[in-house]
Amino acid sequence: MKGMTVIVKTVASWVKVLIFLFGIYIILFGHLTPGGGFAGGVILASSYVLLMLAFGRTFVEDNLPLPVASRLDCLGAFLFALIAIAGLVVGGTFFLNFLYQEYLVGEPFKLVSGGTIPLSNVAIGLKVGASLFLVIFALSVFRCDSEKPGDEPSPDRAVEKGE
Amino acid sequence: MAVFYILLLFMIVAAIIAVETKNLLSAVICVGAIGFGGSLMFLFLRAPDIAITQIVVEVLGLIILIRATIARDVTLISGDREFFGTVVSVVILFVIFLAGMQVFATLPQFGAPIFARLPEAASQAYVRDGLSDTGATNVVTSVYLDYRAYDTLGEATVLFTAIVGATVILRGKSRKLLEDSDA
Amino acid sequence: MLYALCFLLFMIGLYCAVVKKNMVKIVLGIMIMEYAVNLFLIMLGYRAGGTAPILGVSDVNRQTASVAAHFLNTAVDPLPQALVLTSIVISLGSLALMISICIRTYAKYGTFDITEIRRLRG
Repeated sequence: MKGMTVIVKTVASWVKVLIFLFGIYIILFGHLTPGGGFAGGVILASSYVLLMLAFGRTFVEDNLPLPVASRLDCLGAFLFALIAIAGLVVGGTFFLNFLYQEYLVGEPFKLVSGGTIPLSNVAIGLKVGASLFLVIFALSVFRCDSEKPGDEPSPDRAVEKGE
Repeated sequence: MAVFYILLLFMIVAAIIAVETKNLLSAVICVGAIGFGGSLMFLFLRAPDIAITQIVVEVLGLIILIRATIARDVTLISGDREFFGTVVSVVILFVIFLAGMQVFATLPQFGAPIFARLPEAASQAYVRDGLSDTGATNVVTSVYLDYRAYDTLGEATVLFTAIVGATVILRGKSRKLLEDSDA
Repeated sequence: MLYALCFLLFMIGLYCAVVKKNMVKIVLGIMIMEYAVNLFLIMLGYRAGGTAPILGVSDVNRQTASVAAHFLNTAVDPLPQALVLTSIVISLGSLALMISICIRTYAKYGTFDITEIRRLRG
């Protein structure tokens, strides 16, 4: 997948930071305002998709290599299970909100509240974001490799081969 | 209430266009229109979490669908399936539709949910005790991350499996090309 | 009546998934069915004149740390919203899987038509 013109690249490099920050905000404040881990994770993935569309696949592959993304994905899932097992170890119930019950109560409407809920949001956001980035990356890789030499070139394919 | 009817009619018209058009790109765009109409419906149904999630998921879904259909066999499918099969399918679907309409007489009226009448419903306990049990002011978050966290664990597993499956299906060819280029 | 329109949307998606020959059209039909089901679940929990189930500063008594009565009487149902939230993200994952199968089939057979795929062997 090749990149786009200079205007698109410039604007995308500014806007990508804003989208990433917005995704982090939606994840972190998921227990106070609408949002949560799922929406924030998808927004994080879409910031990388914007990079992929504007700069091309090889640029993003150097920026966030595939093994790193897949390890982040597994790390997110593992963190979520770890929080659940920590509830089992500390309190005796799987998924117990042990931080809210005794250690870190916090106040309502503040960022530090809700116990393990913000941590679970972060784990879910990491997992969903990395997964969706991986699958869209794999879709773009396959498309570029699927062109056999005897194919009838359509205009878009001819532009990409010639570039 | 009129806004619900307008949005639902818009979604139904877009769905009919998506089903009947011969151009694949138009069908994909119409499904995108259904998704955006759905997000507006969620906002008017007082579900802002769902509206945010639906919009961003719709955008990524459109990107995935357009990657699959652009620069491929866009114009197509001359002829139809055999006529008899189509007629039988339509008749059976109509019968299912009529049978489904009988069920809607037993559902609660729109705007008067079940949990408003039952003081012992689970949702009453979630709304009443959500803040004191979990400390989170977003009741929906406390539901899916504290009261019903098993469902979220199941969702993470299903998403993981689907992504691993998609990556494995798409990986075979590129690894072969990598090996050919190394050798 | 609104439930009937939502069910009509589901039926349109089902018709598209059953009758059409193009593989991508079948995938689009499944997506329409998923939108209709999510919409139906949220419509079941709607309370007329209700508010979103998110506490504001005015809905909480700070002294007793309990929820005000007017919030209890106007909040919409939070349970279907929590379940639909996970369902929407799962539908994106399943869309990725279905499209990857379609792309793979196109690379091998050169067509999206399911009747052609049955006839051409290898």
